[in-house]
Amino acid sequence: MARVILETRGLTKHYGGVHALEDADFILHEGEHVAVVGDNGAGKSTFVRQVTAVEQRSAGEIFFDGQQVAFSGPLEAREAGIETVFQTLALADDLDVPSNLFLGRELFRWRFGPFSWLDRKTMRDRTMEALKTTAVKIPNVDNPIRNMSGGQRQCVSIARTAAFASKLVIMDEPTAALGVQETAQVENIIRGLKERGIPMILISHNLRQVFDLVDRIVVFRRGRIVASLRKEETDGNDIVSYITGVKGGEVNA
Amino acid sequence: MTQATHGLGGLRYDPAKRNRAPEWNVLGALVLIVLVFELLNRMNGTSFLFNMRDTGGLFNQARLDIIVLQVAITGIIALGVTQVIILGGIDLSSGSVVGATAMIVMSFAQTELVNGNPNPKAIFGAWAMDLPVIVPIAVGLACGLAAGLINGLLVAYTKIPPFIATLGMMVSARGVAKWWSNGQPVSFPTETYGSLANGDILGTLTFGLVSWPGQNPAVVFAVLALLFQIAMIRTLYGKRCYAIGSNEAAARMSGINVDRHKVLVYAIAGMLAAVAAILLTSKNLTAQAGMGVMYELDAIAMAVIGGVSLAGGRGSIIGTVLGAMIFSTIISGFTSIRLDAYYQEMVKGAIIVGAVVLDQWRQRKRMRG
Repeated sequence: MARVILETRGLTKHYGGVHALEDADFILHEGEHVAVVGDNGAGKSTFVRQVTAVEQRSAGEIFFDGQQVAFSGPLEAREAGIETVFQTLALADDLDVPSNLFLGRELFRWRFGPFSWLDRKTMRDRTMEALKTTAVKIPNVDNPIRNMSGGQRQCVSIARTAAFASKLVIMDEPTAALGVQETAQVENIIRGLKERGIPMILISHNLRQVFDLVDRIVVFRRGRIVASLRKEETDGNDIVSYITGVKGGEVNA
Repeated sequence: MTQATHGLGGLRYDPAKRNRAPEWNVLGALVLIVLVFELLNRMNGTSFLFNMRDTGGLFNQARLDIIVLQVAITGIIALGVTQVIILGGIDLSSGSVVGATAMIVMSFAQTELVNGNPNPKAIFGAWAMDLPVIVPIAVGLACGLAAGLINGLLVAYTKIPPFIATLGMMVSARGVAKWWSNGQPVSFPTETYGSLANGDILGTLTFGLVSWPGQNPAVVFAVLALLFQIAMIRTLYGKRCYAIGSNEAAARMSGINVDRHKVLVYAIAGMLAAVAAILLTSKNLTAQAGMGVMYELDAIAMAVIGGVSLAGGRGSIIGTVLGAMIFSTIISGFTSIRLDAYYQEMVKGAIIVGAVVLDQWRQRKRMRG
């Protein structure tokens, strides 16, 4: 089996008395694409928020790239190589596409502290390159993204993640608000990641999409992982049975 | 004619039809206002812009000089205020910082003997008399820096709204200005200090090639405006200002040290207020505790008229410069048609509100396509 990229042992999160996530044992291997599915409130997003350190876990251990980690915040997680597309967009509406893509990691002609001179041409060229692979339709990348559609903005957000992806990509419902065509574009980006061998965790409600894109499906129910199935050994009905609780005791992912 | 020059995904994009930069609208408004005043003046047989006497020269140079001069000092404050507003904040303290800085600076710029007698307004002893001009300048910049740093640290680290933090500074700094010499004016600076504003820096720098005596504040305003326009558009500094003003959470998520940047921007705004205070006291050869009252609101008005959005993230230095020109043109225009000063204030208020209403209306129109 390939090298383990991400492993959680006994990952637990309590919000006051609410046990949002309990004892999650999860493993992701190199190059593997895994879907996380489950009903609303099953603990999917909570799981992601613990891994990316948007929140601090109540208990459990996280191993990333062979080392035990305790990120203090999402920034540290990103610096370690975890790129995340969050449900809420992290884009600056008044900036154009290249500025958003390179937000916080600008390229410079020459450096002079906060007054470093931006290398706008290279950033723009790389943006065009990154967006071309996604087939997203954007009339003018030099316009502020304020006036773009939800789909175009989501594509910018995902292109940013894909362009800088290094060790692990996490997407939390990337196509929830998108139209048919835009969803197809996002799925193309995800296939591109697979070809590049970059592992991914995809949170999705869309079972068609899940079976199209990933190798393995992990089912959350009531804060616990209840199933971890290879795509070939299961089908839609089977997954739905786990999601709704018709099937399933506890297993380890 | 239409071609997809850089549309992505086969989408046609016509560069000729792209949104005009909002600054062009502000420039258009400026031209329109000048035309209106020209027309009103012509009805009385005078001219707003042009020289109607036989004294030579095409333009009414005296009026142009006044328009530029009266805008320059407040305009320098407006440069800092613009950056703060783009950052998503507000700075109400600049007028009071001008007052406090003016008093302190002047105390270090005094001359020992006035017409052979000891300086009647002396604040300090002989040690602080006839100091090299760099001393008051450095002291002034330090005052502005200190006020700006306090503003920035309050906003960034106590998380209180910028409105409150800078309101506190507005009240306190005015207190400092009054306390400094028990409300007494500080006067009689050295000759060199007086020449800071009243000299001819352009003539000195160009070895007499271009001369513009008495307009140093305008020269400083122009140079600073150019520098900050470049900084806002071409450097990381500006990119961060726009990013934070546009979506602070996103900026934070992207690894920008939002708090540190806020402190930097407020500090720069404070120092620009200090530059204004130095030029103002140099121009008037005196400092008074009431100096700079309402300047902060004039500066904010200039930015708003120039298209800077109070919501943050939108606007530009060049817009504010044009807004400042509009502001000053209107005042000069009213004077030229002999409109009473009371009416001037009333109309000024209406113009500020009108500029914002127009901007909002334009934004909505653009959204509708």
